[in-house]
Amino acid sequence: MTRRELLQAGGAMIVSFAWRAGAQNAPAADLDSFLAIHPDGKVTLFTSHVDVGTGILTAYRQITAEELGIPVALITVVEGDTATTPDHGGTGGSSGVPRGGADIRRVAATARRALLEMGAKQLNRPAGELTIANAEVRPASGGEGVAIGTLIGGKRFEMKVDPAAPLKNPAQYTVVGKAVPRTDLAGKATGRHVFVQDFTLPGMLHGRVIRPPAVGARLLTVDENSIHAIPDVRVVRIENFLGVVAKDEWAAIRAARELKATWSEGDATFVTVGLEAAMAAAPGGKEQIALERGDTAAAISAAAKPLSAKYYWPFHGHTSLAPSCAVADVKEGGATIWSSTQGTFGLRSLIAQIFGMPREKVRVVYLDGSGSYGSNGAYDAAADAVLLSRAVSQPVRLQWMRQDEHGWDPKGPAQLLEMRGALDSDGKLTAFESRVIAPTGPQWTEALLGPTAAGLRAEAPRGGGGGAPTTQNLDPPYAVANLRVSARGVNQTPIRLSNLRAPLKIGNTFAVESFVDELAAAAGVDAVAFRRRGLTDPRALAVLNRAAAMMDWQPRPSPGPRNGSGRGIAYMRYKQAENYVAIAMDVTVDSATGKITVRRITCAHDCGLIINPDGLLNQVEGNILHTLSRTLHEEIQFNGSRVTTVDWASYPILRFPEVPPVEVALIDRPDQPSYGAGEAACAPVAAALGNAVFDATGVRLRSVPFTQAKVKEALAKG
Amino acid sequence: MAMYQLRVNGKTSSVDSWDPDQPLLYVLRNALGLHGVKYGCGLGQCGSCTVLMDGKATRACITTVKQAVGRSIESLEGLGSPEAPSALQAAFIKEQAAQCGYCTNGMICAATALLKTTPQPTLEQVKSSLAGNLCRCGTHTRILKAVMRGAK
Repeated sequence: MTRRELLQAGGAMIVSFAWRAGAQNAPAADLDSFLAIHPDGKVTLFTSHVDVGTGILTAYRQITAEELGIPVALITVVEGDTATTPDHGGTGGSSGVPRGGADIRRVAATARRALLEMGAKQLNRPAGELTIANAEVRPASGGEGVAIGTLIGGKRFEMKVDPAAPLKNPAQYTVVGKAVPRTDLAGKATGRHVFVQDFTLPGMLHGRVIRPPAVGARLLTVDENSIHAIPDVRVVRIENFLGVVAKDEWAAIRAARELKATWSEGDATFVTVGLEAAMAAAPGGKEQIALERGDTAAAISAAAKPLSAKYYWPFHGHTSLAPSCAVADVKEGGATIWSSTQGTFGLRSLIAQIFGMPREKVRVVYLDGSGSYGSNGAYDAAADAVLLSRAVSQPVRLQWMRQDEHGWDPKGPAQLLEMRGALDSDGKLTAFESRVIAPTGPQWTEALLGPTAAGLRAEAPRGGGGGAPTTQNLDPPYAVANLRVSARGVNQTPIRLSNLRAPLKIGNTFAVESFVDELAAAAGVDAVAFRRRGLTDPRALAVLNRAAAMMDWQPRPSPGPRNGSGRGIAYMRYKQAENYVAIAMDVTVDSATGKITVRRITCAHDCGLIINPDGLLNQVEGNILHTLSRTLHEEIQFNGSRVTTVDWASYPILRFPEVPPVEVALIDRPDQPSYGAGEAACAPVAAALGNAVFDATGVRLRSVPFTQAKVKEALAKG
Repeated sequence: MAMYQLRVNGKTSSVDSWDPDQPLLYVLRNALGLHGVKYGCGLGQCGSCTVLMDGKATRACITTVKQAVGRSIESLEGLGSPEAPSALQAAFIKEQAAQCGYCTNGMICAATALLKTTPQPTLEQVKSSLAGNLCRCGTHTRILKAVMRGAK
């Protein structure tokens, strides 16, 4: 059932998005509904934010239920369909709760006020004396009420969101703040949930793409005869874009694998070995100073104990468990695309622009993929599917193979981090300098693989556009009189970039919180005590103290007795403005093998008002273990022509035997605004682990990943 | 095109395959419409495609249709339904042991095989039996809890 049909099916109360004049994505007048309350009391919520396994839709149902007084079970959500949902932003940047949720709360509050007014007429009492509970408007003091379904009946009530509609007082919340289970897990646990990989259309063909053996290589020849034995395959060649379609998926896979083609040399020159030095020396934009106070140079040269260190964070891939997939049906000058993109409206604009289609003739429908943690290959796969469907005039399901996802998904950038600091003779922090150097482009949207190869887009220059990488979380969260924080973009980068969970904040925090630990050790002060004396915000102190207490932290300077076991801690406030998170780890380090064993992780997390504590916990645990994986194991490698870490053997990730107990304390602040929680707890993980390794061994790890070989070598050097 | 008789979830089905080496994964998904089993790597490295073959956890992406003939195959759909989930599926739902849920098929099938031979595993046994199943969202601790609950 389309939403239009749903809404025309009888009476309803419909709250629509209040579009700013001239808004880019303002839809036709009848396609802007945000919330519909049906005569049976059921509610349909429409949102452009998508779930991606985060549980955000459950949080939205709770926010709606709370504001409306309608049980969560009666609320369903339609997500990420450019033809039926209003565009109030895509998923990303932990914006789901603070921005998307805030919009939904205002929508529901608008409906609540209207229902109370209707109830007031019906019950002949002032609206101020009424409340809504169990889908009924009734006197707050008790007595007979009237069902919402009765109020709506067969009539239609339409209204715009009113930002001034009164919001329920969080002190009276009964649904927000409770653990509500997700509705998608029964289908996921029994094989019934439809992922984009599972979506089919009548007459659909299966497609695969063949990427060049080297970045920038041009397609010279294709020998179609090389796959003559494989049934019902068509080769699609558009300039340097090469793909196959077939009725049978296995035929498409074998054809893509066996099709003989010749390519020119590539034009990439980057290699992983020496990347740190290359980045430091690479031409790039001017250094941009983000923060400066006092005189760090003078303070450092005058200091009793000046300190400096360089840190490195490598390129990482999203390496989603499901290779990117899209189904495209191109016809009549337009296209419908089913995709797991985190931003359906952004993808729609991009496809319309690249393929010269009017935006209103392009529809993008979100379906879950596997976790994407940012912009993985989903945009590219969607464009590949459109290229193939357009070429064969049939719907095409295009799925990347494993080596496509690992090799070609846009990557989270490497970072070089230069730190300087100073302590006075009392061991007090007097100066802190930090600089991040990182490539800033091209971003994935500027250089979609298929359209670029097909000559539909100019090749984006492989370099930063003069911007600078973010300095969020690059200043220490502790009081310091002299501070200088700066950033420089690098113009050479081996590969396309995109956002990857907590983009750059993990690397920045890794450097800052490891270096703070170095300063604490140089001062001979306990790592928690050193941090505590630079903090005044009670919420910061609360998480730091809590994570330490959960670890049974005994104050003493680091390193410990260097007997191979130790503890470490790291703290940050996300983007210096959002969640407060502290993480402590207990580790052992085997000096013979270099193997790090994490025995236990504790985390204290404050994101303001908690919507769904179980959903939040799932996200925080996931942030921690995902980043533990990145810290212990992950590094994208290049060989001068292409990415060489193209499967799970060459790009290993965390496995079950390495998983420690993770204990999380969620600190609820019902009187404070909610921040999103999809990223923040990633940020302190690497530093907490590095600090624990230092405590256990006296050896400081300044580059990720902490592989066995690297740790063994560092220990041997002492 | 050759026909293959497969016994899947207690039913015998005839499926066509032009290639005797076609992985069972694609036969289950495309010929039989069983989408619970997932493509993750095609290399036997991630476990997303795990099914039970004669009760043993088996990677459908590196098992050919020819090899599956005469064996008893169970997929995630065969273990239970949303209305009547198996004890282990119910434990995954109860523990909310997923984020994206793409690895869930492999986790449940691998753990089902473990519980057949080791009904009361220790946490360490569960960890080592799932060592070849990858989860990218970091849901490991919940998956472990779910398997321990399912074993009760």
